[in-house]
Amino acid sequence: MLKTENISFNIGRKQILKNVTAEFKPGEFNMILGPNGSGKSSFLKIFSGELDKYQGTVFYHDKIIKTLNKEELAKKRAVLSQQPELSFPLLVEEVVMMGRYPHFSFSPNKKDIQICNEVIQRMNLTAFKERNYLTLSGGEKQRVQFARVLSQIWEQPETGYRYLFLDEPLNSLDISYQHEFLQEAAALVKHNTVLIAVLHDINLAAQYADKLFFLKEGQLVSHGSPTDILTSGLIRDVFNVETTILDNPVTGKPLIIYN
Amino acid sequence: MFRQNKFFFPVLITLLVVVTLCAIAFGAVSIRPVEMFSSIKHFFAGQKPANIYEAVFIQLRLPRVLLCGITGAILAVSGVLMQGLFRNPIVEPGLIGTSSGAAFGASVVFVLAAKWPPALKSDLGPFMTPLFAFAGALLATYMVYMLAKNAKRVSIISLLLIGIAINAVGLSGTGFMSYIARDPQARSITFWNLGTFSGASWLQAGIVGTVAAIMFIVSFRYSKQLNALLLGEEEASYLGVDTDKLKRRIMILNTAMVSVATAFVGVISFMGLIVPHILRLLIGSDNKRLLPASMIAGATLLLLADMCARLLLAPAEIPIGIITSLVGAPVFIILLKRFNLLQHKGGYDA
Repeated sequence: MLKTENISFNIGRKQILKNVTAEFKPGEFNMILGPNGSGKSSFLKIFSGELDKYQGTVFYHDKIIKTLNKEELAKKRAVLSQQPELSFPLLVEEVVMMGRYPHFSFSPNKKDIQICNEVIQRMNLTAFKERNYLTLSGGEKQRVQFARVLSQIWEQPETGYRYLFLDEPLNSLDISYQHEFLQEAAALVKHNTVLIAVLHDINLAAQYADKLFFLKEGQLVSHGSPTDILTSGLIRDVFNVETTILDNPVTGKPLIIYN
Repeated sequence: MFRQNKFFFPVLITLLVVVTLCAIAFGAVSIRPVEMFSSIKHFFAGQKPANIYEAVFIQLRLPRVLLCGITGAILAVSGVLMQGLFRNPIVEPGLIGTSSGAAFGASVVFVLAAKWPPALKSDLGPFMTPLFAFAGALLATYMVYMLAKNAKRVSIISLLLIGIAINAVGLSGTGFMSYIARDPQARSITFWNLGTFSGASWLQAGIVGTVAAIMFIVSFRYSKQLNALLLGEEEASYLGVDTDKLKRRIMILNTAMVSVATAFVGVISFMGLIVPHILRLLIGSDNKRLLPASMIAGATLLLLADMCARLLLAPAEIPIGIITSLVGAPVFIILLKRFNLLQHKGGYDA
């Protein structure tokens, strides 16, 4: 379980986050939603350990994040950012292998190589293995990055959980990959994983998330399962848009229509 | 694409050996293998060189070739380190003030040392020039780093722009030193800005070689972390790399290597750009292969350039910086064009 307690964070005089307390359970697909500037990215950077100047506490299972060192953390926590900037020619398999870096000191051992191959197969990247990363399309790049992140936390830790955070992962993907991606991610949840994604599309979130967390002006305004908390009142309050909410006849989940 | 080829390193090493032998043999005076062997024999027997050829070989040619090869290796490795650090393939050691700071530090010793108290001179003697060069380079590099730093992070764009400004200060300082100099060699500003190996000695080769050996070993140990940094600072940090610490260490490593070499041979441009570029096209960007390959290829290429410098207008010598720039700039532009085509956004993320 990942827990944040009273997280507050300022940049200069501007308060980005105000007393955010949240619990993210393993086995559930958690998604954070909110308008631009609501503090989603800062929040993700705080609980992933990238930012350290904040008030409040982040717990990984029963450990306070600030007591874990970077390398230890990197063995069980992986983060997929929006579109990592890589401007050097590297093979796809080399990029995926980077995910194993926290696990070996100089050269990858058999297990690292085996894990990379497994992940590459799982992500349908076998044909791309020896392609130059720079020649791939935006969507293909994102899949390679996802494979890298997966290889980082592929093994189950002996105790505790794996933690996977996705920061707006769908930006460069077409519709079919968006669904495929979220299905892949949702499947991971079942295996001792705390999964948190920052997302923009409320309909996709309603379809795939087990828990939604709405941030507005740095505060957590609502959280719970999509069917319980999604109302047009909430969406008006958070995003300032008028919507009608129907039942999706296929999935049974809420379906948001913008008026 | 760049597959791992098991013949790559053997070929590279063979090339280096061949070029080194040629560089020793050819020059204003040609030296035959017989003379090389007999010269080495006399040297180890503690005897004086038997003839002019042996003397040229042991006192001039050999230290020059050594210094040149090591300098080439340093510049190329430094290019890889800096490009990894800035995640930008157009970065060169000269770009963040290192070379110009080193040249300024060295020129201060060169021009003003005659006026210093004799005690100071005899104590530090030959180490004065590299020490001052290191001080100058570190000061310049550190100023660039500090000025570019905001909110605990170093932004790449401001780093490059401030590097340009600090470089201008360093160059004008060197220019001033050349202007007030009495020594005819120091008076020629080309000596500092275009580089030359004409004054190479065993002592210089020894100092540069020692520093280079230590720094190479240390920097190879960072190859994995440098790879991670290629993904971006945040991604590297998520992979467990302490990016701020890594950046500081690479900066110091790079400064030490480049400044010591620059102190003795002046500023040689484009080596740090060209060698890594060509190698990336051949073997990709994995620093585990790229760093050692750059070391070998850098030495080979600079030795070739120095041979051209000595032979083209023999017995006169062309400053080696002219050769490297003349060959380097067009190659660089071609590579840049090709590389740009591969960029999804049509430019580099700086």
